[in-house]
Formats: sequence, C-alpha cells, structure tokens
Amino acid sequence: MPNMSLKKVTMPEQDPNVRNKNFNEVALGYTKEQAMEEATRCLNCKHKPCVSGCPVNVPIPEFIKEVAAGNFEKAYELITSENNLPAICGRVCPQENQCEGVCVRGIKGEPVGIGRLERFVADYHMQHAEKKSVQITKNGIKIAVVGGGPAGLTCAGDLAKLGYDVTIFEALHALGGVLMYGIPEFRLPKALVEKEIETIVDLGVKINKNVVVGRSITIDELFEEGYKAVFVGSGAGLPKFMGIEGESLNGVYAANEFLTRVNLMKAYDFPNNPTPVKVGKKVAVIGGGNVAMDAARTAKRLGAEEVYIIYRRGEEELPARKEEIHHAKEEGIIFKLLANPKKIHGENGWVKAIECVEMALGEPDESGRRRPVEVEGSNFIMDMDTVIIAIGQSPNPLIRQTTPGLDTHKWGGIIVEEETMHTSKQNVYAGGDVVTGAATVILAMGAGKKAAKAIHEKIQSTMNA
Amino acid sequence: MYKILKKEKLNEAVELMVVHAPFVARSCQPGQFIILRADEKGERIPLTIADYDREKETVTIIYQIVGYSTQLLSSKQEGDTIPDFVGPLGKPSDLKKHKRVLGIGGGVGAAPLYPQIRKLHEMGVAVDVILGGRSKEFIILDKEFEAICDKVYYATDDGTKGKKGFVTDVLNELLNEGKEYDEIIAIGPLVMMKAVVGITKPKNIKTAVSLNPIMIDGTGMCGGCRVTVGGETKFACVDGPDFDGLLVDFDECMRRQGMYKEEEHSCRIGLGGK
Repeated sequence: MPNMSLKKVTMPEQDPNVRNKNFNEVALGYTKEQAMEEATRCLNCKHKPCVSGCPVNVPIPEFIKEVAAGNFEKAYELITSENNLPAICGRVCPQENQCEGVCVRGIKGEPVGIGRLERFVADYHMQHAEKKSVQITKNGIKIAVVGGGPAGLTCAGDLAKLGYDVTIFEALHALGGVLMYGIPEFRLPKALVEKEIETIVDLGVKINKNVVVGRSITIDELFEEGYKAVFVGSGAGLPKFMGIEGESLNGVYAANEFLTRVNLMKAYDFPNNPTPVKVGKKVAVIGGGNVAMDAARTAKRLGAEEVYIIYRRGEEELPARKEEIHHAKEEGIIFKLLANPKKIHGENGWVKAIECVEMALGEPDESGRRRPVEVEGSNFIMDMDTVIIAIGQSPNPLIRQTTPGLDTHKWGGIIVEEETMHTSKQNVYAGGDVVTGAATVILAMGAGKKAAKAIHEKIQSTMNA
Repeated sequence: MYKILKKEKLNEAVELMVVHAPFVARSCQPGQFIILRADEKGERIPLTIADYDREKETVTIIYQIVGYSTQLLSSKQEGDTIPDFVGPLGKPSDLKKHKRVLGIGGGVGAAPLYPQIRKLHEMGVAVDVILGGRSKEFIILDKEFEAICDKVYYATDDGTKGKKGFVTDVLNELLNEGKEYDEIIAIGPLVMMKAVVGITKPKNIKTAVSLNPIMIDGTGMCGGCRVTVGGETKFACVDGPDFDGLLVDFDECMRRQGMYKEEEHSCRIGLGGK
C-alpha cells in the first residue's frame, strides 16, 4: 500500500538567518529513513509520465522502487544508466517543470520528491560506495568535446562508455563550466561537483584544460589531428547590459563576473584566495531569473545589509524557480518588482544610487507574459553601493568567429538539427547554452546525450558502409 | 603544468620568462595574450606574449611586478612550473602593409609592441620606434628593436637615455619635423596611451592601442573587461585587446583599472611585500 500523504517528506534546511551568513549548503538532504519514506509515495505508474518529463530519461519509478526497498546502490546504477551527474541534477534541475511537474501524485497534493530522492541516492553512493574500476573495451576512435560543462561532460561520458577515445578541451583551469563558476557553493557544493566529474573522467575521458578551442586550436585543426567528430558545448558567453547610463561605473558587475569571482575564484575567502570582490552595504541585482537569485543570495552572504532584486514585471512572471525565490525571500532579499532601471548614478566614478521607473502590466506580449509599461513620472532613486546585472547572456562568440562553415542564428546561437544536434558543418555537433542561449543544466545534458547517440550512430553507419 | 625554461631579470621591476606551453606556442600571433595562475589558488592574470618559438613550443612573457600575483610569479625559478597557462587569447593585431609605422612603447609596454613591430618589419613595412621609461634601466628590448627598426628614439624621465621627458615629447618633435606615419601603435600605461592619442587625434593619425583591463576568464564569459570604444561597449578579451585609440574612453579605463586598489594593497601585506 503506497504512502498516501499529500505532502513530500520535508527536507531539512539550514535556518535562513544562519545560512544567509555562510556558504554551506542550504538544503541538507534526506536521511535513509526519510528517503525510504518518501519513496513509498511513488505509485509506480505504468505509463511513467515522469520519465517522459525527464530530458535524459532516467528510469524514475524503477529507481524509486529500489530506494523504498533500501537498495540504494541498485538505485544508483539505475539512475546512472542514463544520467552521469545525479548529485548535481538532484540539486539544480527544475523538477517542478519536468519529472515532478507531470507526476500523478501532483494532481492532488505534492508530487513525489523525485529530485530529493535522486540527490539522496547520489550522495549515499558517494559516501558509501567504493570506487569500482570500469572495464570498457576501447574502439580507438577519437572524439573531441569542446567545453567541460554539463553538455560536454554528458556527451563525453556517454561516448566513453561506448568505447570512444574522448578528449575534453576546457578553456578554464577547472572542469564543470557553469557548475563551477556560476551556481553558488550554497546550492551546489564544488567538492561534490568535482567528485561527480571524477566519475566521468574515470571512464577514461582525457582532459585538456587551459585550451581555448578557436584560439589555441581550431575545429578544423582538430579534424586534421584525427578526431572523427567534434561536439561543441562552449556555453553561454558575453553578458548582456541594459544600455543605460552608468553601467561602466566602478561597482557595476555583470552577474557572470560577480559569480565567477565568488564561486570559481573563491573570493568569499579573500585574501586566502587572492581574487577580490566588492559588495558594500546596499546591493541591487537587476533581473528575475535563477542567476539573479544566485547573485542576490551571494551578495547577502558576503555581508551586504540590504539586497534588492529589481525586476520589471511582477511576481508571477519571475523566471526563477519557485524554490529559489522562496529561499531568497527567507534569507531577507527584498523584491522590488515592477521596477525598471533607467540610470545608475555615480559619485567619483563609483556607484552611488540607482534610478528606476515604476512599471504596470499591460496586454500579453509574444511570450504570453503581460507586457510591462512605464508609469509616467514615477521615477524613484535608491542609494546603492553595488549593482549586479543579471539579464542574460549571448552564446560564446569564439567558436562562431573562428569556425568557417558553422551557421549561427542572428543572435549568435549555433544552428543544429534538433534530432541529432548536428550543425551545418560536417561532423560537428553542438548543444547546451551555445545553441539555446542561457537555459538549464539538464537541458544541456539532454543535448549532450542526444549528440553522443547521433555521433555513435553516424560513426557506426560509416563503418558498416 | 607548464615548465619555466628560463627566467631573466630585465630590471628591478620587470622580468622575462620562457615557458613551455605547446598550445599557445603553436598558434599565437602578435597582439595576443595569455592568462596564467601562479599557484593553485591564484588569481587569473592576463600577461603579454613578447615572443614565441613554434618549434620549441615555448612562449616568452614579460611582466612587471606590481602586486601580489606578479610577486608570486616572480618567486618562481627556472625549472619550476606554472599550474595554469592558457592562450593565445584576444584577436591578433590587424597589421597592414603600410609604408611607415611608428611604434611607441612605454615601460613594459615595449614587450607586446615587439612582436607587432617585428611582424611589420617582416612584411616590409618601415618602422620607427620610441621607447620610454623612468630611467635607462627601465628601457627594455632596446637591442631587439634596434635590430629591426630604421630608427629607435628614447625618452626617460631623468634623461639617462635619449631625451629627458616623455615619449609624447619625442612624438611631437617627430611630427613637427614633418615625419609622416600611416599608423601609430602605442602600448604602455593608460596615461601614456591617452597622451599619445591627445596628439594624434587632432591630426587624425590612425592610432592603435592595446588595452589590459581587469579580466577573469579571458574567453568572452565574465564581462569584466568591458571598455567603451566609440560609444559602444566592447570586451577586451574577445573584441580586443587592440582598439582604435582615437575612439577609446581612456578616463573610464583608468577608473575601472583602479577598482581593486585597496584589495591589492591588503594582499601585498599578506605576502610581506612593500
């Protein structure tokens, strides 16, 4: 008899007023008992809507059944048959729009806590399992993966499992992409990211760090060196700015820079880590997505007294995950909604204040969201020390600038065939933010997976021909 | 890991290193730069490529010891390794087959200037160069420039080499004498490049400058290196580092360059430096 409780088993969290002063993880994870209890809420439906809601098709009811029975290692094997990075996905996937969004239990009450269970299983495995050496028969066929973020890691892992000789070319000094430089420690501990990446490297994937494809070596040169296919997962690139006065003042950050300083370069531990960051007392974060929430919560933890989210639409339209908005509010982030920045005022070259105009919601626009319109004469000014702009990025420009024959959209995204992720250039595949513009970790992973499958099929068909 | 094959002190503040870095050496072009981390926790610091050897797979960097991270780098010796060394970054310089070009190198700015001037020389362009520094000891690469330039002029603050004064004093003299240049390439401190443009802009002489703003990833991701050029926001790491000097907002560059002055100071204290 399944557990018919309408609510998920609660996951313990750090107290908001404690956690907003430290960088430790917010959510603490289930115990064995809590996980087994939550697992019994799964009805094990025959038609498995959750699996079709998962971009990487994790066999969800099957793994949950094992959790309920206390077979956590078996559950781990089932998850990792499809997903190479479960500890990460369990934490950062927007489950409410995916597996949990279509869970039958969600029709009346809360859906099964699939994300929490995935996280539990992955964490349990990391704490308890001994490292197994993997036996893979190599086929000697070389594949290059550009970028060691979620898309590239997934593609590399899947191809390595099939026996390919995969090399990841990473521009930074650490693998992980946005998992390392973008998502903060308190949401996704970096030690865990490193550990989970290790499981992919252990499949025999070669890593070439500090190599910028497009500059250090071009895609055409990779083919000359014998690589049979190239997967481009070079991620999101240059941050967007608003084009208002004062954006180049000292104290104005793009969210990418602010978060990279803190996450990748560990500026929260300055001067033990020598990369500095400035926050001041009053911080305005412009934008309403997950990156904006991450920046705001990070600023608070760095000691800012007042942190504002400034967003031009209303609460309903905030693009961030509900859970992130909830966490941000709990931690004391102030939401200044229906407000649009007009100018950043400076003093001696530094940010002094931000001037905004109030907005009202008009008719729905092409995105289906109600279009914000300025309320005339409603300008107001708030004193600020720091302004962080989190209104999105355009795809990284390096590959498209240096790869002839690679077609891109006007806005910079690489054009691919949706089924195979194949680009306009022979044997070049692409996926993740460089194709879609800034999106989610799991969508990037889904793209990497699709590309791996397509690369394998293409190579097999040419070998059999 | 990237091995330091040679280290040389050029003067009390400036050092040269030859580093084994195959991926950089195979493809770098004049105008490009690298980013390195001197240790596992280190800042990512952008540095100039002064020379390279494709066969030996080596890259020569020249750097001035200005803060914590360059001091840390300077503490390394021949045979030691650098954990991270990435590049080449930035766009190669757009070198045109002009008749005559004038290079202006201020202090350590002579280092990134050198590969550009050498390339121009190889292209058959006649080149003159003005090198400047605080005093004679602070002039670097003079022999190298003299080997390829028609004329090398010097300016030092104390008059110990060449003219007593600034590179701009020499520039003014040359232009007043009626010397004609199709392009001027000025690389050095922002204040020097601004002063050069102050002279060349009214005369509408094409002037290229190389900017070295605060930067983290250097690959077109963080947006920290943004500069305003001709009223537009540009990113030095992917749009530069060379820009049309006549269009650069130097005052803004100088202001942004000083953003972490206090932190640099506290870091230096940590290292027991000055």
